[in-house]
Amino acid sequence: MNNNEFDVIIIGGGITGAGTQRDCAMRGLRTLLIERSDIATGATGRNHGLLHSGARYAVNDPESAEECIKENMILRRIASHCVDETDGLFITLPEDDLAYQQTFVDACRKAGISAEIIDPELAKRLEPSVNPELTGAVRVPDGSVDPFRLCAANMLDAKLHGGQVRLHTTVTGFIREGDTIKGVHTRNLITGEERDFYAPVTVNAGGIWGHDIAALAGVNIGMFPAKGALLVFAHRVNNMVINRCRKPSNADILVPGDTVCIIGTTSTRIPFDECDNVSVTPDEVTLLITEGAKMTPSLSSTRILRAYAGVRPLVSADNDPSGRNISRGIVCLDHEERDGLKGFITITGGKLMTYRLMAEIATDAVCRKLAVQKACETADIPLPGSEEGSYEAVAQKIWEKPSTAQKAAAARMGSRASRIRTRDRLDEALICECEEVSVGEVKNAIERLDASTLTDLRRRTRIGMGTCQGEFCACRAAGLLAKAHGCIDKERDDLKEFLQERWKGNFPIGWGDTLREAEYTQWVYKHVLGL
Amino acid sequence: MKLQEYTSSSHNFEECMKCTVCTAYCPVLQVNPLYPGPKQAGPDGERLRLKDPFFFNYALKYCLNCKRCEVACPSGVKVADLIQAARIKYDNSPVKWRDRMLASTDFMGHLARPFAPVVNAVTGLGVTKTMMDAMFKIDRRRTFPSYSARSFEGWMGRHEKEQAAFPEQVAYFHGCYVNYNNPRLGKDLVKVLNALGVGVQLLEKEKCCGIAMITNGMKTEATKNANHNVKVLSKAVDKGLMVLTTSSTCTLTLRDEYPSLLAVDNSAVRDFVIMATRFIYERLEKGAELHFKPDFHKKVAYHTPCHMEKLGWGVFSEKMLRMIPGVEFTMLDSACCGIAGTYGFKRENYEASQAIGKQLFDQIKTVNPDVVACDCETCKWQIEMSTGYPVTNPISILAEAIETNKD
Repeated sequence: MNNNEFDVIIIGGGITGAGTQRDCAMRGLRTLLIERSDIATGATGRNHGLLHSGARYAVNDPESAEECIKENMILRRIASHCVDETDGLFITLPEDDLAYQQTFVDACRKAGISAEIIDPELAKRLEPSVNPELTGAVRVPDGSVDPFRLCAANMLDAKLHGGQVRLHTTVTGFIREGDTIKGVHTRNLITGEERDFYAPVTVNAGGIWGHDIAALAGVNIGMFPAKGALLVFAHRVNNMVINRCRKPSNADILVPGDTVCIIGTTSTRIPFDECDNVSVTPDEVTLLITEGAKMTPSLSSTRILRAYAGVRPLVSADNDPSGRNISRGIVCLDHEERDGLKGFITITGGKLMTYRLMAEIATDAVCRKLAVQKACETADIPLPGSEEGSYEAVAQKIWEKPSTAQKAAAARMGSRASRIRTRDRLDEALICECEEVSVGEVKNAIERLDASTLTDLRRRTRIGMGTCQGEFCACRAAGLLAKAHGCIDKERDDLKEFLQERWKGNFPIGWGDTLREAEYTQWVYKHVLGL
Repeated sequence: MKLQEYTSSSHNFEECMKCTVCTAYCPVLQVNPLYPGPKQAGPDGERLRLKDPFFFNYALKYCLNCKRCEVACPSGVKVADLIQAARIKYDNSPVKWRDRMLASTDFMGHLARPFAPVVNAVTGLGVTKTMMDAMFKIDRRRTFPSYSARSFEGWMGRHEKEQAAFPEQVAYFHGCYVNYNNPRLGKDLVKVLNALGVGVQLLEKEKCCGIAMITNGMKTEATKNANHNVKVLSKAVDKGLMVLTTSSTCTLTLRDEYPSLLAVDNSAVRDFVIMATRFIYERLEKGAELHFKPDFHKKVAYHTPCHMEKLGWGVFSEKMLRMIPGVEFTMLDSACCGIAGTYGFKRENYEASQAIGKQLFDQIKTVNPDVVACDCETCKWQIEMSTGYPVTNPISILAEAIETNKD
């Protein structure tokens, strides 16, 4: 077998691509995943990280709601180290119509979501950050999920099943014979290397960029880029997901995720050429803070870490300008049936929550084409890291007296934390002090998780995601990367890019302590380190 | 879902700029690699603890609570408070008998005082020290403070009428040390204040300020004492009295630790509790006169206790000492002596404690003073034990330098 021949090529390193690769690999296919940037760079890493119970969609989109609750229960089992089982509240505020609560609860129950109306007093006890003026509360099985971890774990499992992953590699064109796609031309964006890869089936899992990929293959899919903006707060204000019990609207979900919490979102249609560089506007920031503080008043006095935006890969069905009414449903297009183009499948629509189901649908389509008959097992077999229960248990099992960094590593990596090298005391030293990431954990990400830049490391370890936004960890991690790659100049550019990217997120909320911190970071890097 | 007892922090950890100056000033970090340092243990750790109390790190017990991190912090973050509050909130391990004994200064003083000569002799014995080391892990190399046979409170009781005769009055929070170990200091303060025309009265039965209970995890007991003390302080303040103190640690506890660590509201009394050296300095500065002995001469080296640094009042003790004719004054470099109350008595901390203090001990030996002046009793024990130089409260030096009608 040539090392450029596969059974299936998957384009896109988001959660859909990673999930599809895992599923294909588990069904015995030889897989290659190509991603032009890094894992989870698109919509996968730019959302709330909400483990939907489906309650949000119950009234308007019962089909999505049912998908969500099923996948919710599956992810708790197979991805326990990526999931935080926080539960969620749907609260009614004085300005909301309390009558909606019953409609909501009925719809939830119909979709199979347990929704329990609780006393507002109990809600305040369960979640002290909630607006004390609430008039109603419903408890649902929402949670939070770390999209980076989930994506990395899927990809890692695909690799453990023989899959290959090529990051920072872009598809420059398709190899086409008549009406059949036979493979792809690619270029590595870091090394410049150009290579061709062949497979009887190619899956387009490019999210919103799937539109362009399809165009490259000569087919058209009408996608609908809808921007959603979010704010990250510097610490965890709430321990339960808080939603507004009303028709889905702007800034009505607050999700606790790891050490922070995230408020969002907005929904604005944007042109395709803005998808690569979305920014958050002052109006969006104001809206998010104002609406967020209605649910959780302390948000108005909590330090904001950064603002970011993602682009939902919705498939347009009508002319609704906001995109809110379009189904978040899954769309799997077999272009042979649709456009007469053989060997090409697009999997899109859907959401982070339903990635596994999307992957299953796409893999079923791939298997049909390849005449492979093997059932999907991804709903039953845990992801690497999720084999053993809670992070408390994992940490206690690996280390007799775990340090805070070791506990944090167990929370990030699950049972894979045992792979962190601790050859000497240096490996135990901290790279990131805010999130407690050790040298050993960073080395592990470089060696085993395909991290080649600082931003790649951030997605795998949380370096630079803490309060200081890279002030201290960036140069330390850059040192490790430079050593691993044997190149200082390239790493210096990487460091500059990383800090620039951190500033991009700080800029829209650049006031108070965040601005002081950013200024201090600038002194350190510009004036002390001469960058 | 997990239910958490603490879902918000009452401390300003988000104002931390991660500049790490606190870490550079932490005396523990320089000698004990097991300690995560003030930034890690304080603001950084608080974020993780809010996520899940599981991230609480038991190495926080190595914090001295010297507050040097807070003095160093350019953003005004209550770093040490964050650490101590975390220990109070999240350290659920039972309080050891040893710690309970060391922390109960009031109770132990009460027990020991009637048998002071015997207790002092026994605690000085090698065999006792070895036994205490083996049984309680109280380091055998420590010298124990001696107890006084008669309490300060008893002495004050006998002089109540005479003190009440002064037209101007202040109240005095003497603390356990003056009451049980060194009534001399209390008497010296009374002598000085009387010479300034001020009479001294006790609070309506003060209790131990509770700092040792706070740092040894006895929150309930500490809160009980705090509530009691705020009550008796209020009575004095309501009468229009200032409350003077001679111990920097008691002062800091009464003023700052009560609200921020025990959530005991002391706002009505806080500003009325001040160090006696500040009160006296301000009097002298305004022109009050004392009669100094003409032939007094002493080479004094002043050590600013960490909690005095935190109060920002070392300058008052310094200036007051400099006003005494015949005092040859040296200001020692700002450094922690390493004892930190009960911390240094524990066997596991002995080495660190002595290593921290080394810089100070070496400087004292170089300066070679007649006496080291210091506003803290535990610093006194540490410096005396580690250098052999006598250590005295600035008030006692002043008392020795003045002449009164009684002399």
